[in-house]
Amino acid sequence: MRRVVITGLGAVTPLGNDIGTFWNALVAGTSGANLITKFDTTLFKTKFACELKNFDPLAYIEKKEVSRLDPSAIYAIAAGTQAVEDSGILSNFNPDRVGVLWSSGIGGILTFQQEITNFATGNGTPRFNPFFIPKMIPDISAGHISMKYGFRGPNFAPVAACASSTIAIADAFMYIKYGRIDACVAGGSEAAITEGGIGGFNAMKALSERNDDYLTASRPFDSTRDGFVMGEGGCGLILEELEHALKRGAKIYCEVVGTGMTADAHHLTAPHPEGLGAYNVMKNAIDEAGLAAEEIDYVNVHGTSTPLGDIAELKAIKKLFGDAAYNMNISSTKSQTGHLLGAAGAIEAIACVKSVQEDIIPPTINFTTPDEHIDQKLNLTLNTAQKRTVNTALSNTFGFGGHNASAVFKKFKG
Amino acid sequence: MSTTNIAEKVTQIIVDKLGCDEAQVKPEASFTTDLGADSLDIVELVMEFENQFEMSIPDDKAEQIQTVGDAISFIEQAHKG
Repeated sequence: MRRVVITGLGAVTPLGNDIGTFWNALVAGTSGANLITKFDTTLFKTKFACELKNFDPLAYIEKKEVSRLDPSAIYAIAAGTQAVEDSGILSNFNPDRVGVLWSSGIGGILTFQQEITNFATGNGTPRFNPFFIPKMIPDISAGHISMKYGFRGPNFAPVAACASSTIAIADAFMYIKYGRIDACVAGGSEAAITEGGIGGFNAMKALSERNDDYLTASRPFDSTRDGFVMGEGGCGLILEELEHALKRGAKIYCEVVGTGMTADAHHLTAPHPEGLGAYNVMKNAIDEAGLAAEEIDYVNVHGTSTPLGDIAELKAIKKLFGDAAYNMNISSTKSQTGHLLGAAGAIEAIACVKSVQEDIIPPTINFTTPDEHIDQKLNLTLNTAQKRTVNTALSNTFGFGGHNASAVFKKFKG
Repeated sequence: MSTTNIAEKVTQIIVDKLGCDEAQVKPEASFTTDLGADSLDIVELVMEFENQFEMSIPDDKAEQIQTVGDAISFIEQAHKG
């Protein structure tokens, strides 16, 4: 069976607009939260989020394009460009055998909001911008990246709410493993810090409302956690068939060895109380990887800092890993980045890839108060990064609708 | 609005929307062949003319606007009328 490796990374995130800055901040344990600058939050229950800082679209696209692209697509082009350039694949590729699978949980919600607002406040004449639809549709980012580089392989957006970009990685992995393509740009981007995005998630009671202490609001596993913190950004990885990468002398970050996809089939937004779908998806990924549960060194959990979700996921981990659960490191990097929704899988995959490369576990920050429902013997990598040999890392993401996806990354050995 | 003002405003809109140099925006310049516009760009341009000049440009008239000069004359005529 063909093997699949990671040969390129790219990221624009609330912690930094390139891989090096992002990773250093993540290891240091940095809150990416800020008071929202994008709109007036006076009447909103939640007034903070993890926005990008000092991101310059003109580093990636021409001025004319800025108004023609939703921010979610601009972040995609930025992260996709970084990943492609980092991989060096442009020096040697068959354009028909390179795909782009790029997710967004929601797509161009800002564009949708603006166009519908214009219409609703007008005189009823349907005057929509001709770029409304191509700006808004969630698959357009994959299209833009393909057009920039001429990648003519499979091209679409896997959409599964907050599990979306893990599924992009899983699909890319399978297409390469089964010989359909040589390489794939896989990732996700999200730009939902808008009135509609914040107001909508507020209405579901999904967001933290800790406005007076927003820097520490994303606090997975802490007994005082009160919801997730919205993040935004774009993250991409280049997955490549091993021989293809070796032949061109590519830098190899690590190997992708297994992926899983399952459904809870339980509830619109609440996780299965025993974490059944989470258990199954991790098991699928580890089984495909051919690993025993105790061989997993690090689990980057979905861990959004919601009361129910964090507990269900840890239950599933204890059930699957048994006593080995106490030896591994677990952390939620959402404590730092916020929740990037459709880009969560990609940003956390990058955290896993770098962890495997650098042998360090980025921490779960903002923890002060233990939750009696959480087994304190688990090593949740609280507040400070921990050094350990990381041969394997597992990334989990779960989405509204009961979608679950996992991926396993492993140190590359020839 | 004077003829010069209309021409200046049209030029500015074209520069903003198409991202071209002001020097390229000559009366004889074709939106598609000289200024690199595609069909969506032209729809957006026409909508912006309608907004900025507070007028309505029917689809059949919009199709006849192929050059910068066409746009300027159409808007001038409409303002006279």
